[in-house]
Amino acid sequence: MTNENKFNFSRRGMLKAGAAGGLLAATPSFFMRDAWAASDFRNNPGNASEIKLGFNVPQTGPYSEEGKDELRAFKLAVKHLNGEGDGGMLNTFKPSVLKGNGVLGKKVGFATGDTQTKSDAARASAKRLIEKENVLMISGGSSSGVAVAVQSLCQEQGVVFMAGLTHSNDTTGKDKRRYGFRHFFNAYMSGRALGPVLEKEYGKERKAYHLTADYTWGWTQEESMKATTEELGWQTTATVRTPVGAGDFSQYITPVLNSGADVLILNHYGKDMINSLSQAVQFGLRDKQVNGKNFEIVVPLFSRLMAQGAGDAIKGILGTTNWNWKLQDEGSQAFVKSFGAEYGAPPSMAAHTCYVQTLLYANACEMAGTFYPPEVIKSLEGFKFDGMGNGATEYRAEDHQCFKDVLVVRGNENPSSQFDLLNVVETTPRSQVEYDWKIFGGELGPYKA
Amino acid sequence: MDAVFLQILNGLDKGAAYALIALGLTLVFGTLGIVNFAHGALFMLGAFCAVTFNKMLLISTKILDPTVTLFKAYKEKPYLEIWFPDVGPVLVDYSVPLSILLAIPVMLLIGFILERGLIKHFYSRPHADQILVTFGLAIVIQELIKAVFGANPIPQGAPDILAGSAAVGSWIGLGENVVYPWWRLIYLSFSGIIIFGVFAFLQFTTYGMVVRAGMRDRETVGLLGINIQKRFTIVFSLATAVAGLAGVMYTPILPPDYHMGMDFLVLSFVVVVVGGMGSLGGAVLAGFLLGIVQSFASMTEVKAILPGIDQIIIYLVAVIILLVLPRGLMGRAGVMDD
Repeated sequence: MTNENKFNFSRRGMLKAGAAGGLLAATPSFFMRDAWAASDFRNNPGNASEIKLGFNVPQTGPYSEEGKDELRAFKLAVKHLNGEGDGGMLNTFKPSVLKGNGVLGKKVGFATGDTQTKSDAARASAKRLIEKENVLMISGGSSSGVAVAVQSLCQEQGVVFMAGLTHSNDTTGKDKRRYGFRHFFNAYMSGRALGPVLEKEYGKERKAYHLTADYTWGWTQEESMKATTEELGWQTTATVRTPVGAGDFSQYITPVLNSGADVLILNHYGKDMINSLSQAVQFGLRDKQVNGKNFEIVVPLFSRLMAQGAGDAIKGILGTTNWNWKLQDEGSQAFVKSFGAEYGAPPSMAAHTCYVQTLLYANACEMAGTFYPPEVIKSLEGFKFDGMGNGATEYRAEDHQCFKDVLVVRGNENPSSQFDLLNVVETTPRSQVEYDWKIFGGELGPYKA
Repeated sequence: MDAVFLQILNGLDKGAAYALIALGLTLVFGTLGIVNFAHGALFMLGAFCAVTFNKMLLISTKILDPTVTLFKAYKEKPYLEIWFPDVGPVLVDYSVPLSILLAIPVMLLIGFILERGLIKHFYSRPHADQILVTFGLAIVIQELIKAVFGANPIPQGAPDILAGSAAVGSWIGLGENVVYPWWRLIYLSFSGIIIFGVFAFLQFTTYGMVVRAGMRDRETVGLLGINIQKRFTIVFSLATAVAGLAGVMYTPILPPDYHMGMDFLVLSFVVVVVGGMGSLGGAVLAGFLLGIVQSFASMTEVKAILPGIDQIIIYLVAVIILLVLPRGLMGRAGVMDD
């Protein structure tokens, strides 16, 4: 006679069984990083053979020239990711796990949207791309207002946003988001890079007048330039806000003529910059002598496309740029060759940043072994890379801002070709433009949307 | 003083564009009784006459650019410069003023077709119907231009000789530092000539006299055996041409895009209402007045006290004027009073 109970569990036995069960259940995670990633994340491609990326660029509006070039770069990046063409920067990007067979074995497709350079239109367009086109990632844009708006939508929707051309400090400052990443440099970096050159070229006793595009980018650009120039000893005569897309800036330029200022800082971009700079030149500002010095114009953010639009007005004017097609490093040359062969013109800095962002996202997915956004984000955070045209670069984990060298450029007085519009005056090392991420505030937010 | 003088010039310049558009609007309203919301689109069509003319001059062949070595790049060389190396570049340089030659017949024809084909059917219809149909017409024109030329602005340069600034300050003893762009001075003078021409045409010609009589009493003029309808068709074409010419000459100041007409239309209607519906003199006066007011509102000193005032000043002034003078500056009793 036994008093044995068939189900005689001791407390120790229960604990052992529980631990063993837990271990068994956890086993896949030792082999697959993403074993428990939510399989129902937004636009999970599942077993589909193709994934779609969303390219949301300004196809109309004041920044549409940049938008067109961004789209060209995106198409080229998709081509290279799918193993077509000469591979471009895929051959120079390191460390890279991209193989030219799509991403995670899936062919890369894309859908496009028009931001119209307006925040509300950009958000609506991004929403359509996410909800109707089922895109896994959104990229593009040529305005910080748009970038901030779309970035916050992407955080809500749980879709990674690889920003295009956005230069406001806010994008990776007070408005930063866990799902948003910026490869492009920012207004603070422009100020830090330009400062020493301005001092060398124009001296320490100057009076600056700012005309500023009235939105987030303009405000932070003005703030950064003002801080930099005042640090040099310059005085700020006035800071005047102008509406985006104003077209005729004459009413804002005429007050400059008799303000006592001897430097005009144009915190404008795209068509606005082309118009304001051309009109400033028409009003004779560059021929003026004020306070015994030549009147100077500074355009803190330059691009070759703008230089093309502004024509002769740009010659001799100082500014900064994220990248220039004349750079001689292996990555830049590979990209220019590939882009030029495809489109008959070199890429702009907007095109460059969009191309790089697409490759970086694809590489992060490969590294993570999944499209699950929190894992992709973790792969991008703190990622150090090279061979993409700006030397050694790092995606800082704390604010998702890329840190790399910044170029100070001048409108070319004697262009050797139709594209040779900017000369690199100085390459400012990354260490000179770095800053504590806390100075601009903001919170990244959670990994899980 | 220098700043005030420059802002006056600036205001006159802006006002000239408003006045030219408002003049055409008032002419059509005063004669035909039509509230033409497509008038801004006609201004835009004029600007695109300049663009078209420039594109015609620049029809090019592609030549390999040997200075670019990383890839095959091509330069565009206009046939005009190949065939006529001396005259070709000069024609391209002067394309904006020369495009007037294209714009005048094209705009007159467009005006004639619009009036005969569409507008005349709405003479006896309520103003609401006229507004709807002309607004619809404006959208159609806009979309056509967008489809053909794209959505982006297309810069047009002034001739090189007029690309710089004139030392206007030294002309009136204010010093050589007071300068103003040549092309803007030309636009101002051009507007003055057009406005004077329209007034002279209406005031000093028999044709104009009949039109003015028709504006007062269409029925009586008809009973005298004069085909007033035919004259009104010509008036509509004339108003179209005035808007078109204003558009052509404005292109070096503001690169034209498909939306520029709508941007100007809203302000021009404010100008017409402030000037007084149907009053040609009122339209011109209000155009220049509001241009100057807007210009002064953009001054740093003003904006320091009232930030953003430059964006609303025109509407603010319009409200004040209409509160004090409900018929506008030079409005007549009985016009649009109902």
